[in-house]
Amino acid sequence: MSDSKNSSASHSEDRRDGMVARFLQGTELDTRMLGMLGALALIWVAFHVYGYLSTGQGIFLSARNLWNLSVQTASIGIMATGMVLVIITRNIDLSVGSLIGVIGMLMGVLQVEILPKMVGIGHPSIWIVTVIVGIILGAVLGAFHGWLIAYRGIPSFIVTLGGLMVWRGAAFLVADGKTVAPVDATFALLGGGPYGAVGATGSWIVGVLGCLAIVWILYSGRSARQKHNIRLRPVWGDLVVGALACGTLIGAVLVVNSYPWPKGIVDAYAKANNLTVPPEGLFISHGFAIPVLIMVAVTIIMTILMTRTRFGRYVFAIGGNPEAAALAGIDTRWMTVKIFSLMGLLAGVAAIVSSARLNSATNALGNLDELYVIAAAVIGGTSLAGGVGTIYGAIIGAFIMGSLQTGMVLIGFGDGSYRSIVVGVALVLAVYLDNLYRNYIK
Amino acid sequence: MTNTGTPLVELRDISISFGGIKAVDHVSVNLFAGEVVGLLGHNGAGKSTLIKCLSGAYKADSGEILINGEKAEINNPRDARSYNIETIYQTLALADNLDAASNLFLGREIVGAGGFLDDSAMESETRKILARLNPNFRKFNVPVSALSGGQRQSVAIARAVYFNAKILIMDEPTAALGPQETQMVAELIQELKKQGLGIFLIEHDIHSVMKLCDRAVVMKNGQRVGTVNVDEVTDEDILGMIIMGKKPAKAV
Ligand SMILES: Nc1ncnc2c1ncn2[C@@H]1O[C@H](COP(=O)(O)OP(=O)(O)O)[C@@H](O)[C@H]1O
Ligand SMILES: [Mg+2]
Repeated sequence: MSDSKNSSASHSEDRRDGMVARFLQGTELDTRMLGMLGALALIWVAFHVYGYLSTGQGIFLSARNLWNLSVQTASIGIMATGMVLVIITRNIDLSVGSLIGVIGMLMGVLQVEILPKMVGIGHPSIWIVTVIVGIILGAVLGAFHGWLIAYRGIPSFIVTLGGLMVWRGAAFLVADGKTVAPVDATFALLGGGPYGAVGATGSWIVGVLGCLAIVWILYSGRSARQKHNIRLRPVWGDLVVGALACGTLIGAVLVVNSYPWPKGIVDAYAKANNLTVPPEGLFISHGFAIPVLIMVAVTIIMTILMTRTRFGRYVFAIGGNPEAAALAGIDTRWMTVKIFSLMGLLAGVAAIVSSARLNSATNALGNLDELYVIAAAVIGGTSLAGGVGTIYGAIIGAFIMGSLQTGMVLIGFGDGSYRSIVVGVALVLAVYLDNLYRNYIK
Repeated sequence: MTNTGTPLVELRDISISFGGIKAVDHVSVNLFAGEVVGLLGHNGAGKSTLIKCLSGAYKADSGEILINGEKAEINNPRDARSYNIETIYQTLALADNLDAASNLFLGREIVGAGGFLDDSAMESETRKILARLNPNFRKFNVPVSALSGGQRQSVAIARAVYFNAKILIMDEPTAALGPQETQMVAELIQELKKQGLGIFLIEHDIHSVMKLCDRAVVMKNGQRVGTVNVDEVTDEDILGMIIMGKKPAKAV
């Protein structure tokens, strides 16, 4: 069986029989992605069943845990999408965890100590200015790394290893090691929590818009192929893909909407809004958490960037053959600067999400994140040899890592040492299985 | 064949060295429209380096390039392309992880509304041009790493032909090919020549040179040994130039 995406459906000489092969060919689903999703499902079910058998209560597949899992994955997932580009072009970025630290601290000081003095505490401009500064700061620091790599010829490993140390040190110096808290109230919503989620109605709006977008993508893809009369896929293939995608999205809406606010929050909310809580309690849904929606938006934008734009095409070309890319007129150095700047920008976004979630900025924020981010990208199928990788793979990779970590906590192995052993083994195993897979489809 | 008038390309007194090694040492050659000029010489003679100055991959230390009699500034591959110079490199210069269409259009993608890539259009164009050049070509949706040497060569050649090359540089285009594919390239060269392209052909096989080229330029140790009209000399004359650096009477 070969990667269905790579087989040309319009040539019947390589027609393959069997339901599975026909299904894969008709839907053009990526078998590797299906494998990763299968692994993720296996991990979820295994933790759930283990919990059920050992404590009589399966917690992993509860709405509450899945909601928390999604929030915890956001920061790593956001950065992993950028790490894909870095690794595809045969580079590495070890500095992203420290970037989170220094950017988080600078944003903390800005919104807690500087801006309130200028405009007053809680002013709506505070969170906006803070977010913009954080993102720009990330992009600038990343571009600086990229410049050292591309125009000064220092290997990315060295530049960003230096960055890892320098920016962590700088994060300490920003406030002499003090924790800066609490962050601006609106800013804190970007980290999630009961108020930092869009609620039941908001989630349905997201779900419906998402489904419309899926239908539109399938339709326009179909008409583009029709126009040029190439590789038309059967109508049922499009219908299956559309149904699967919309079904997953609606399922996610149902899950996040079935996770209610805790009683304390409901009571406080009712009191603040002069509502009377009936004796059986009020069911107020969380809905999608804002950081998760940020991750989804980043994923969509990065996917479009990588698959639909020249920039993305050049990233792959540079990874596949840097010399050929240069001979095709691509400015590979400037591309490197842009890629690292984008990585830094995403570290800025991740810094916003993580410091908002903590409701504070500490100089240890993002410690070791670089390793999880690299692991997520690699588990997601990004090849360190360059040229190969997908954005959705990195997101699934981030979810696999996050699931292993929360799962270990839930089944009573919350001790950091067990967790890190399991995640480490999973990383090596994932790359090994990927090698087997790639040899198999050849 | 007598060449009069302004040459399509004139490389004048080109020199370039790498860390003390004079890879190309004061070499001048020219090329007329509708002409095939062979570049010959041992490995390391400087043939690839010379043509890379024309294709924008290298910048000559000294010397000048004239296109249609006017001085041309070629600082990078993009500049070369703007003069309709297309190059098929010895190493093929394809991104192995991309498919045929992505390679063919690399750096010159077709974009649709909003600046987004129009992959369907590029694939469709690729199918058309390859159907003409290599009717057996089928593998449009796999990375070019999965293609045979001949199929990869088809992609590289299609790139040059599609973008209306006026000046075509072919650096050992048949080195990795079987006899049938070599024949295919030979026929293509003759057809392109008929269409009025000027072609620099780097080629080791002396018989192909005698058959396809109008003139041959022989290089040795970075220097030009001499230039001959192919129909005025024998195989032995050319081999003597390559091996001994001996210039026959007819050479200039
Ligand atoms: N990028 C480079 N760096 C250093 N030396 C080079 C480079 N390119 C070519 N050379 C040297 O220049 C000389 C000519 O090489 P080349 O033009 O490839 O020869 P040919 O194509 O005739 O076989 C050789 O000695 C080669 O080692
Ligand atoms: Mg050569």
